[in-house]
Amino acid sequence: MSGALIVARYALREAVRRRVILVVLVLTVGFLALYGLGTAVTFNEVNSLAADDQLDDRVLAGSTLLGLAMFTILFLGAVLGVFLTLGAVRGDAERGLLQPIVVRPVGRTSLLLGRYGGAAVVCAVYVAAVYVAAMVITGVAGDWWPDDPVGPGAGLVLGVLVIAALSLLGSVFLSSTANGIAVFMIFGAGLAAGLLGQIGDALAVQTLEDVATVSSWVLPFEALYQAGLHALTEETGGITGVIVQLGPFGGAQEAGAGLWLWALAYLGLVGAAARAAFARRDL
Amino acid sequence: MPTVLSCEALEKRYGATVALGGVDLEVERGELLGLLGPNGAGKSTLTKIACGLVRATAGRAEIEGAPAGSAPARAAIGYLAELFRFPEWLTADELIALHQDLAGSDGGAAERGELLELVGLADARAVKVAAMSKGMQQRLGIAQALVGSPRLLMLDEPTSALDPVGRRVVRDLLRELRSRGVAVMLSSHLLSEVELVCDRVAILVAGQVVARGTPAELARPRGVEVETGDGVRSFPEARRDDVPRIVAELVSSGQQVYGVNLLASTLEDAYLEAVGAA
Repeated sequence: MSGALIVARYALREAVRRRVILVVLVLTVGFLALYGLGTAVTFNEVNSLAADDQLDDRVLAGSTLLGLAMFTILFLGAVLGVFLTLGAVRGDAERGLLQPIVVRPVGRTSLLLGRYGGAAVVCAVYVAAVYVAAMVITGVAGDWWPDDPVGPGAGLVLGVLVIAALSLLGSVFLSSTANGIAVFMIFGAGLAAGLLGQIGDALAVQTLEDVATVSSWVLPFEALYQAGLHALTEETGGITGVIVQLGPFGGAQEAGAGLWLWALAYLGLVGAAARAAFARRDL
Repeated sequence: MPTVLSCEALEKRYGATVALGGVDLEVERGELLGLLGPNGAGKSTLTKIACGLVRATAGRAEIEGAPAGSAPARAAIGYLAELFRFPEWLTADELIALHQDLAGSDGGAAERGELLELVGLADARAVKVAAMSKGMQQRLGIAQALVGSPRLLMLDEPTSALDPVGRRVVRDLLRELRSRGVAVMLSSHLLSEVELVCDRVAILVAGQVVARGTPAELARPRGVEVETGDGVRSFPEARRDDVPRIVAELVSSGQQVYGVNLLASTLEDAYLEAVGAA
């Protein structure tokens, strides 16, 4: 078995044994139960409204609810990704956990790959599963399904993987607490930049739009989230389409294949930076 | 004897602080080298460079001819850090199994059982690290360092948390490893432990090797004591060759001689002298 796979298996086992996954699952069941209740109540109200020729209430309610759920899933996925990686290097080294492993023949690159791989598998499965659950709840409760059911989930998964990679890179330089704070501040900054971009777009303020554009390149998880929101209702037209594209928490923004390619390249660049920094780090 | 660890003009600086200032050191196959020195002398830095955990600023460190830190070098070593922790959620058996995987050892359950038996943890294989005392964890640490039959074992303060029985277990283990041809570099503050088991000793002070040799070579003559009818008489400058003359003179002067002691400094004396604290 390759070194990276051994370390990834170890990381996965750690997540299970330390009850990280159990806690996350229990809390997620709670979230989905609340989401199901809210969705059912909302669609009951929507069904009691008089039909509107201009506005499709069902699409508006469904996309808004699922968009809100996506925001929550992005946040929960980010929390999971950060907590699984924030102490991978310096934090573990300070506690004396890393040295016995690093002196083994597996090597530092395999160690990083394994730690990231383990976290990535947990986060990707979690985010995808919760997204699918939220989509099914919305569909069953309101008989509304996203125009693109796959794209939003894939965007969320890739966004969380980007955040986990940033956390792993930060773990080479920062202690666990400092790294956790730094990554969550970056996460918040990315979301704030997305909101500013929407405001700039609405008010035609070029500076705000530029801030959002630059931020989406520097922190692509926000752009992936916005692209996911856009994909929910990408084929919805008319006034309904205009309103739903505003989206919750940052708004929807169409993105082409370039964003996906950039996000993948970004992962590679962050990984290469982490590898180079870890290779030079004294433990 | 083939050289297992070779350090030449090894330097390590942290900014303006010199941790190692040009260390030359060799450990041969089947040799047990004791590394002594006060806190901050560079013992842990030297060990970490040999393990590939720290990069040298200058100089050369090789394990069996491979640069320290390279994959072949890492495959040849076992290491226990002074400050270490193991994942608390693993059992002793699982921890050894993890290190078997990491080391590429195919020893399986037999190797795990043998190693835990060697360090006196045969009955604790299903015990989680979280439930172990510090001493048990230290013994487990020694067992994990032995995974994959390393040719060079580097132990940084391996007995600091052990009781006298545990220390004897480790001493016996080190002697057993030496007989199998394993080279051991033992860093310790416990001079009596080092004196009991080590073939050679190197004393580091401020990143420099200030003394080296066998414990007997480092110990110096401190004179002769003669037990006479009038009490014990000391001859501080005398050596072994002087004993017949001293006894003859005492007898000829009418003294009754009951015994002669050749005095030599201990390793502790040599250490204190070397570090300038005598």
